[in-house]
Amino acid sequence: MSGLAVPHQDVEGGMPRGVRARLRADRRPLELVFTLLLLLSVLSGVVTLLVLLVDVARDGVGSLDAGFLTSLDSRFPEKAGIMPALIGTLWLMFLVAAFTLPLGVGAAVYLHEFAPRGRVTRFIDLNVANLAAVPSVVYGLLGLAVFVRGAGLGRSVIAGALTLTLLLLPIVVVASREALRAVPDSIRQASYGVGATRLQTVRGQVLPAAVPGIMTGLILGLSRAIGETAPLITLGALTYVSFVPHSPNDRFTAIPIQVFNWVSRPQVEFQHVAAAGILLLLGVLLAMNGVAIWIRSRYERTW
Amino acid sequence: MTSRSLTRRRRPGEALVTGLLAACAAVCVATTFGIVVTLGTETVEFLRRVPLHDFLFGTRWAPTFADASFGVLPLLSATLVVTGIALVIAVPVGLATAIYLSEYARPRVRRILKPTLELVAGVPTVVFGYFALTFLTPNVLQPLIPGTKVFNVLAAGIVIGIMVVPLIASIAEDAMRAVPTSLREAAYGLGAVRRTVSTKVVVPAAFSGIAAGVLLAASRAIGETMVVAVAAGQMSQFASDPREPAQTMTAYIVQVSLGDTPAGSTAYLTIFALGAALFVITFGLNLVAVRLVARVREAYE
Repeated sequence: MSGLAVPHQDVEGGMPRGVRARLRADRRPLELVFTLLLLLSVLSGVVTLLVLLVDVARDGVGSLDAGFLTSLDSRFPEKAGIMPALIGTLWLMFLVAAFTLPLGVGAAVYLHEFAPRGRVTRFIDLNVANLAAVPSVVYGLLGLAVFVRGAGLGRSVIAGALTLTLLLLPIVVVASREALRAVPDSIRQASYGVGATRLQTVRGQVLPAAVPGIMTGLILGLSRAIGETAPLITLGALTYVSFVPHSPNDRFTAIPIQVFNWVSRPQVEFQHVAAAGILLLLGVLLAMNGVAIWIRSRYERTW
Repeated sequence: MTSRSLTRRRRPGEALVTGLLAACAAVCVATTFGIVVTLGTETVEFLRRVPLHDFLFGTRWAPTFADASFGVLPLLSATLVVTGIALVIAVPVGLATAIYLSEYARPRVRRILKPTLELVAGVPTVVFGYFALTFLTPNVLQPLIPGTKVFNVLAAGIVIGIMVVPLIASIAEDAMRAVPTSLREAAYGLGAVRRTVSTKVVVPAAFSGIAAGVLLAASRAIGETMVVAVAAGQMSQFASDPREPAQTMTAYIVQVSLGDTPAGSTAYLTIFALGAALFVITFGLNLVAVRLVARVREAYE
């Protein structure tokens, strides 16, 4: 997201410093009330997030133990575990990353480094922008028709991973292009200047410089894909799974699907099991975001 | 970037790699194509069995009953009411957030607040569904509004509203920051205060961008699935009372997908017809939004 921001260094509220100080001194009641309302709006999101986290933690922490992580699902809330879903999610994460990285980076490199500027690139760009806003449940229908039925993959891990890959692709393409755009043209020109071809320039100079940005984008995108529920349900991923998937061809469940399944059960005890599943899911997402932020701060260069 | 001399000599290796990279980019186009073709063919098959007029204007949705009926209006009404409630929450809060971040916050505060707000956008939607069903409805809505059912449209709409606030805020803020400082200076020079500069100068100047944010938020709310599937219930009826359950288009797709519906059956085709309707609606909103954002860029950059 940082790439979208307009750089405003020492200007605040679009105004230079001296003006700012005088503006802040405005203590008329109407101005104070307005400022307060704005602040309340800003804080409402943060407060909701905190309430949500406290609520989920209070409901779920009691059920989150070693038995929960290592057990299969069950009809009895005290025995229900999340292992098949956790393994399913790890499978998805691995496969989606393996598919999305080459496809997304390839598309971004082509669009930014190779493609002639013109109608074709504009068309692809418009496509990417629109795909990013297609409801995720529609991708589920696409996966159902193309991968599950058309390609005969069945309701397998691989069909789920391919569907999520298509969903993630526009996000990774946009993030990778952002990373490529951040590499200054002087680097490319220096490379051409010593006789490198376009491909050599991309492979030797541009891509290595863009890797941290690309990886950050990929991991953040993956963390979104891992939380997706609707497309996998539409594919027909099982919601009651009493086995661990061993290969990409096995049927599977994933943490968000399992959470949905538990929330939908009538017994109140299952809400606590669902909350424990949510805690695990949020933990996985937090870890992924942490890695992304670490990569960004550790490796990203400013030119 | 590249002069002609660099591209003139053909190198087979380079051409091959360029071809492969172009194929990657083509996957994006193929995805759009795939969506249009799969939704299209199944919808055509659906319309062969159910007349378009009955689908678009029928007032009863009961595809699995003996006297099956395929009127999309009840589902559409639920989708629109949920989206409306979400926007009533998200537009003022998102706009106020954008005004604060763009016009009021010090740079340091802004640097902390922006990523914090984006955390809200990163929470999986099924978690928000859980929140609506197990916290918002029993702890807030039922005590405040008598007659609120366990599954209700109101809770789903409110939670989706909270979910899309960061989307509106970030697009609106980008548009507001693109408004040139000279406009603000002119207003201050006339004696305006910060509040009036924000609401009477910056917001109108950034209007296209703000509208684009609202359209994208509406599109997101229409396509949102898990919150409504968890919290709004599965009763297909007109959403005339937000305290009552009502099934949206997306929630119906989930309900059918959970059951074992044989391929080719009319019930199976209905979810593609609904998917096609969703795609057309959101696609239209996105196209207009992209145009509006481009207009902001043209005006100030």
